[in-house]
Amino acid sequence: MQSRSPYFWPLLAFTLSVCAFLIVPVAMSMLAGVTRNYFIGVQSGLTLEWVVKVWTDYRHTVFRSIQIALACLACTLVLGVPAAYVLARKSNAFTRAVEELLVMPVAVPGLATALALIVTYGGWGEFRRSWVFILVGHVLFTLPFMVRSVLAVLASIDLRTLEEGARSLGASFTQRFFGIVLPNARAGILAGALMVVTLSLGEFNMTLLLHTPLTPTLPVGLADAYASLRLEVGSAYTLIFFVIIIPLLIAMQWAAQPIARTSARPTR
Amino acid sequence: MTTDRTALVALLLPAAVVFVAFFLLPLANLALLGGSGKLGWAAYLAVLTEERYLRSLIATVLLAGATTLATLMISGVAGVFLSRNRFVGRALLTAMLTLPLAFPGVVIGFMVIMLGGRQGLVPEVTDRLFGERLVFAYSMVGLFIGYLYFSIPRTILTVMAAAEKLDPRLEEAARSLGASPVRVVRDVLLPGLQPALLAAGAICFATAMGAFGTAFTLATKINVLPMVIYTEFTLQANVAMAAALSFVLGAITWAVLAVARTVSGSTVAAAG
Repeated sequence: MQSRSPYFWPLLAFTLSVCAFLIVPVAMSMLAGVTRNYFIGVQSGLTLEWVVKVWTDYRHTVFRSIQIALACLACTLVLGVPAAYVLARKSNAFTRAVEELLVMPVAVPGLATALALIVTYGGWGEFRRSWVFILVGHVLFTLPFMVRSVLAVLASIDLRTLEEGARSLGASFTQRFFGIVLPNARAGILAGALMVVTLSLGEFNMTLLLHTPLTPTLPVGLADAYASLRLEVGSAYTLIFFVIIIPLLIAMQWAAQPIARTSARPTR
Repeated sequence: MTTDRTALVALLLPAAVVFVAFFLLPLANLALLGGSGKLGWAAYLAVLTEERYLRSLIATVLLAGATTLATLMISGVAGVFLSRNRFVGRALLTAMLTLPLAFPGVVIGFMVIMLGGRQGLVPEVTDRLFGERLVFAYSMVGLFIGYLYFSIPRTILTVMAAAEKLDPRLEEAARSLGASPVRVVRDVLLPGLQPALLAAGAICFATAMGAFGTAFTLATKINVLPMVIYTEFTLQANVAMAAALSFVLGAITWAVLAVARTVSGSTVAAAG
């Protein structure tokens, strides 16, 4: 047993209180979601009544959010993975500018992006009213995460040598892309995919403006419940959201580990 | 080689088309629209010249600055502590500290209500202790707490990653040469962590400037710039002013991140 510095215990206490600040409200809201009357407290009894009520009234928002998140994942895979490969293969002023531009939708507040989309495409009635309008915003916002996640992995391997080898053996571009690039980028694709789905499920800044009364998503429904319904209902709704999002967050932590290790390793 | 080049262009093209059509063109359109209102191009200066907007800009900048400072101090201490010590439960503690990483702003607003709202924990405790309910959720203080909640997890991760890369032997050497703990922090740790702290601080600042969900949940009365934009757009139907203000806000957050990226030399982006 190594001896601890005298600062160990106060610092541990500090870190634990930061942790309590983050976790206690989560636990409280989970408890409130299954409490009969939160004003009286847990002694009023536990119930699933609120969860059932929320599920009955709001499940369409859950399904719509999952639909948008999966569609968003498909779009970012098709658009982002090839783009990341190009950025990894060619490193020059042009590709650096492209990378810089692609990250812009994350740096610019979602409110501004949503307004820009509305003033430009808001007149296209069918498009404006459908869930695809929300999808467009989500793809813009999540694409940089997929690109950067894949790029980080591709940058840490010696892609050039691998591809030269395959080419000298007669592999075509397509064969190389599917046979070498994609399998090597798997960890980055997985981490990026988890990030994209998680962010899309929780996106609110853009969605509040992009949605219509016919296309509310889970976070929009949450905001509505927080504003107009009793605390227990808001909590039960949040509980449903946590049940979906927390496994994704844990999977994300787990998937990020191999990447952190590979990118921490010095390259070449 | 030429076929490779064609293939590379073809691979980048779909992302480029979507990006230009749905981001660059709309943003350019927004910039033009911002100059088309009653005020003309002066709308872009209104954020400085009209007292209402200027007040909200100052409030937003102060809030973002306070969030950034507090987050860096809290996450700096916790992050360095976690990366420099091994103890039972460390992995679990780290996982719990980073769990809220991708909670959306609305949910964070609700977490603040759980802590400091009308039926929240803190008012309950202060009621028992002092006979007075301290409700802070529906104000600037609540928003500050919310942004702290949002920024701490990601900043702890950044600090931990940077501290892992710093050689602990440097700190030991300084200590064995007689440096006090304060000097070790000031002369060894802080300079080593500086790029990471700058990058993380820029993300905190930009996010706190542009975030919207938390303020929306807590109260529509909170006078931060994103809420003003939302009100101009929906209630006042003043689309041109909303466009100009959001363009200015976007330019500020983008510039803060771009400067931090140049100074720290790493990739920086805000989220949520």
